[in-house]
Amino acid sequence: MEFIEAFIRSAPIFGQGLLITLALTGLTIVFSVILGLIVLGMKVSRFRPLNWLANTYLAIVRGMPLIALLFVIYFGIVSIIRVDAFTAATIGLSVHTSAYMAEIFRSGLSSVPKGQTEAARSLGMSRVQTLRKVVSPQALRVVVPALANQAILSLKDSSVAAFITVEELFLTAQRLSAASFQPLTFYTIVSIYYLAVVGIMTLVAQRVERYYGKRG
Amino acid sequence: MVLNSIDFSVKPGEVSVLVGPSGAGKSTLLRCINGLERLDSGTVEIDGEVLEYKEKPLNHMREHVGMVFQQFNLFPHLTALENVTLAPQIVSGLDAKSARERGVSILERVGLGDKISSYPSALSGGQQQRVAIARALAMEPKLMLFDEPTSALDPELVGEVLQVMRQLADDGMTMVIVTHEMRFARQVADTVTLLADGGIAESGPPSEVLDNPQTERAQAFLRQISEH
Repeated sequence: MEFIEAFIRSAPIFGQGLLITLALTGLTIVFSVILGLIVLGMKVSRFRPLNWLANTYLAIVRGMPLIALLFVIYFGIVSIIRVDAFTAATIGLSVHTSAYMAEIFRSGLSSVPKGQTEAARSLGMSRVQTLRKVVSPQALRVVVPALANQAILSLKDSSVAAFITVEELFLTAQRLSAASFQPLTFYTIVSIYYLAVVGIMTLVAQRVERYYGKRG
Repeated sequence: MVLNSIDFSVKPGEVSVLVGPSGAGKSTLLRCINGLERLDSGTVEIDGEVLEYKEKPLNHMREHVGMVFQQFNLFPHLTALENVTLAPQIVSGLDAKSARERGVSILERVGLGDKISSYPSALSGGQQQRVAIARALAMEPKLMLFDEPTSALDPELVGEVLQVMRQLADDGMTMVIVTHEMRFARQVADTVTLLADGGIAESGPPSEVLDNPQTERAQAFLRQISEH
């Protein structure tokens, strides 16, 4: 009973944290897709220095724990220009996730048989037209489950932003438990919020997968 | 596959069939014609223009050279009609309505007027290959290349594809065909070229090459295939 009471009483304040978590996750997904595509473009480019740059970027980003990356970016940026914690977290999470996005898109592109490119090129399509009209739509379908999974990971990863003082779900739980001396209660409550959002995201992902599965 | 000192030509309106044991370089020769394989030395000339490997001239040349693959290579995310209308729209700049009209009429020509909205996965192998032929024809090619177009088909579906190709030949299309269908070669080909070991063993009218081969390699190959 006490737990339910605490849940209801904390709902407005957790609601605000939830909005920030969702905004952070949404922006992370959007920017990491853009950044991931740019990195992939550099990785498959015929211009060697770009390959080298992309590989270095991927090695560094994938080799660092998210929290270390976030701290380096936060304190690194703050030392140059004034940015708020939310912006720094968005940048850090986007950089982190972009490495995985690049890998997901790369695996999608390589899953499309070579014969598809040959058929398109034989019709006189340019490299770009082949990529846009023939290869990408097929790659995208293959990639949907992995993208959904990455989106869920991004939601959970966003909790790390609490450590650079972004007022999202997890920091809300930390504050409430410190103020009330009831850590178990509020960490359980915050877990329920995360589980609920992940549940909704999973349902949406299944819908999307089914939609793509229908054709072809 | 390595090809050496090949001298091969096709006249407008001619049907030229390439035969030979696997590994002889038939497909490689065919793929050299539209630049899917690149030559180390020598030239390919199509309709008076020498093939260049730079993006623009290569694309321009390919607009007029249709290719049909053993594995069909239809675009699985597009319907039969969309497969046929995609290139005319984005490569030749045809408007949607004209592309559709052209696509429908070509699909009717290959006997698939009732399948225009079907996705490739819902079509049989023979139907898929006919869509692939229609896709190439929609670019109004001067030359059509066929790379073992019936080799991936169940035996009962081979006929419908050969039928379409025979029709094309009768309509005067210039065609280069790699095939193992000897009966078809005999009936349709103007010239049969037998490749062996990366070179041309023998070339001429089907009656000469297939019925009265002069070289030992040609005789050996024909003996082999007549054994099954």
